[in-house]
Amino acid sequence: MDSKLFPEGIERCSLGKFLAWLAFISLGLAWGAYAAGIIFWKGIGVTGLDNYFGFGLWITFDLAVIALGAGAFFTGFLKYILKIDQLKNIINLTVIVGFICYSGAMLVLTLDIGQPIRAWFGYWHPNVHSMLTEVIFCITCYCLVLVIEYLPLILEQKQLNKIPFLHHLAHQMHVHMALFAGIGTFLSTFHQGSLGGMYGVLFGRPYAFREGFFIWPWTFFLFVLSAVGSGPVFTVLVCTFMEKLTGRKLVDFKVKALMGKIAGTMLTVYMFFKLLDTWAWAVDVLPRMGLTFDQMFWGTVYGKWMLWTELFICGVIPAIMLITPAIRNRPALLYLAGILDCLGIVINRYVFTVQTIALPVMPFDKWYVYVPNWAEWAPSVMIIAYGFLVMSLSYRYLPVFPQEKALNAK
Amino acid sequence: MSGHATKEFKVRWGMVIDVDKCTGCGACMVACQVENNIAPATPEMDAWAGVTHDASNKLRTLTWMLVYEINNKKAFPEYEAAYMPRPCMQCASPACVPVCPVVATDKNEEGGIVSQVYPRCIGCRYCMAACPYHARYFNWFDPTWPTGMDKGLSPSTSVRPRGVVEKCNFCHTRFQQAKDKARQDGGDPNNLPDGAYVTACAEVCPTGAIVFGDLNNPEHKVHALAHSKYAFRLLEKLGLGPQVYYYSKREWVHRLGDNYLPNEKKA
Ligand code: SF4
Ligand code: SF4
Repeated sequence: MDSKLFPEGIERCSLGKFLAWLAFISLGLAWGAYAAGIIFWKGIGVTGLDNYFGFGLWITFDLAVIALGAGAFFTGFLKYILKIDQLKNIINLTVIVGFICYSGAMLVLTLDIGQPIRAWFGYWHPNVHSMLTEVIFCITCYCLVLVIEYLPLILEQKQLNKIPFLHHLAHQMHVHMALFAGIGTFLSTFHQGSLGGMYGVLFGRPYAFREGFFIWPWTFFLFVLSAVGSGPVFTVLVCTFMEKLTGRKLVDFKVKALMGKIAGTMLTVYMFFKLLDTWAWAVDVLPRMGLTFDQMFWGTVYGKWMLWTELFICGVIPAIMLITPAIRNRPALLYLAGILDCLGIVINRYVFTVQTIALPVMPFDKWYVYVPNWAEWAPSVMIIAYGFLVMSLSYRYLPVFPQEKALNAK
Repeated sequence: MSGHATKEFKVRWGMVIDVDKCTGCGACMVACQVENNIAPATPEMDAWAGVTHDASNKLRTLTWMLVYEINNKKAFPEYEAAYMPRPCMQCASPACVPVCPVVATDKNEEGGIVSQVYPRCIGCRYCMAACPYHARYFNWFDPTWPTGMDKGLSPSTSVRPRGVVEKCNFCHTRFQQAKDKARQDGGDPNNLPDGAYVTACAEVCPTGAIVFGDLNNPEHKVHALAHSKYAFRLLEKLGLGPQVYYYSKREWVHRLGDNYLPNEKKA
C-alpha cells in the first residue's frame, strides 16, 4: 500500500506486517513513557538510586550508547576527511545509529537530573573547570550535527526528493558534509574524552581517579580510544541484525570487514594503553592513596572477574581477532569479536560508574550494592524501542543502503 | 594527590571534633535537622506508581551531620569503639566544587565555607559522586512535614525543593546573624571573637566534643586544638584538605581515619 514511498527498486514487507511490528515496538515505548511520566511528576525518588549511588543504570546506559554511537563520527571522519570511499555504503547507517544513541542519551539525561527545567543552566552558568560542562556543550552541539547529517537522507526519500527545493537542499548539504563531519569529529572527540575525564578527575574516588597530562586525566584519552575501537563494529552488528531480521542483504561483507579492521586497529591501540593504565594505577596511583589493588574489588558484582573479563576476554581477544585478517574475514568470527568488543566497553562504563562509587573510601564505610529498579529499566527500554522505531522507519522509507538493490538482485 | 589548587582564606571556619569525648548520642544530628529545616523522611506509598518512600531507608534521608561508629576490630576485652560525627568537611580543595557544571557550589571568601546555591543546582549529582565523605544529599522527594511540625520551621533558612543537592554549610545563617550582630555592636564582622559564631551541632553537643571557630585565629580554641599532635583529618592522604579536624589520643583511631595500610608507618 505504501510501496510508492519505498526507495527506488527496493522490496519491503507488507504494511500490515510492518504495523504489527510497530505495535510491538510501541509496547516498549509505552512502558518507558509511563515511567517517564511518573518520574517527572513524582521525582526520581521512584528510582533505585540513593545518596550513595547518585549515578546508576542511566549514566551507565548513556555512556555505553554514546561510546557505541561513536561509529558515526569516526566513520564520518574516515569517509569525508580521509576519503576512504568504500565507507559510503555504511555511512548512512552509522549516522542513524549515532543519531539514535545521542538523542536517546539526551532524553535519559533529562530524566536523570533532578531539575529538568534547569537543564539549560549548563549554557547559562557554565563552570569552565567541569568536564560535565564540556560534555553538555559537546553532546548537544554534536546531536545537532547529527541532525544535519541525517536530514539529507530524509530529504532523499523518493517522494520528498521530487520537490526541486528539497532535492537541491539535500544536494547542497551533501556537498558540505565534509565540513559537518569535521565539526562532528572535533565535538565528538572532546565529549567522548570529557566523559572519561569526568571520572578521571574524581580525586576522592580511587577506583576512577587517574593522573595524566595537562588538564586531562588518562581516562580522557582512554574513553576516546575505546569509543572509536567499538563504535564501528557496533554499526556492523546493527547492520547484521537488520539483515537477519529482514532477510535481505544490506551491506557487502567487505565493507563490514573493513569496519572491523578499523575498529580492531583502534581497539588494539586502546588495549595497549588500557593495560598500561591499569598496571600504573595498581602499582602507583593506589599505593600512594594508601590503598591496595585488592581493596578495589568485592563480592560478585564488584569482583575482579569483571576487570579480567573486560581486559582480556572482551579486550585483548577481540582486538587480536579483529586485526587478524584470516579471522576478521570470516563472518561468524567477525560478529563474535564485535560482540565481545562492545560488551567490554559496556563493562568498562559500568565499573567506572557504579564500582567507582560503590567502593567505600572512608575506611569504616562499607560496600553497598546497587540494584536498578523498574523506573530505571523502563526508560532505558524506551530508548531502545525508540531506536528500533527510528531505524525501522528509516529502513522502510529512506535510501539507507546504497548496495541493497545490487546485493539482492535475483 | 589532588590535582586542584588549594584556596586559602584569611578566616577559615572549622571544627575540631574530639572522638574520645563523643558518645555517639546523636544530639548533633537532631540539632542540625532542626536548625536547617531539613525535612524528615516521611513514609509515602503510591503503589500504583511503584513509589514506596520508606522512612527507614537511611540512604534516602537528608542527614547533613552523620555519626559513624568505628571500632578497633579487636575481640573483647581489647575491643574499643568510637564515634565520628561527619559534617561537610568544607574542604580546602573540595572534590565537589570543580565538577559542578553550573557553579552551584563554590568555595569562596565566606570563611572558606563551601556554599551551595539551591536555585542554581540542576540535580545532576556529579558532586555526590565526587565527595568521598558522602557529605552531599539529594532531595529525592518534595519536602513534607508531619502536621504541626511545619509550624516549628526556622524562618531564616530556606527549604530546599525536590531535585537539588544539599549539604552542611556550617549553619550559614548563624554566621550571617553573628556578623550582623557584630555590626550592630560596633565590632568587626570579619574578626568575630571566639564563640560569637557557633554551629548548632557544636552548641548542642552535651560532652563538648565539637569545638567550632576560626582555625586561622590563635585566639580561637580550635586553632590550638587543630595544631595539637592528637589532631588529624579524615582521608588526609587524598588531599582534599578538610576544615574539620578530629582529635583522639588513640592511635588506631588515627590510623583508621586516614586509611593506613595494615603495615604502613603513620606519616
Ligand atoms: S566534604 Fe565533600 S561536599 Fe564537603 S567540601 Fe569536601 S568534597 Fe565537598
Ligand atoms: S547536583 Fe547540583 S551542585 Fe551537584 S554538581 Fe550537579 S548542579 Fe552542581
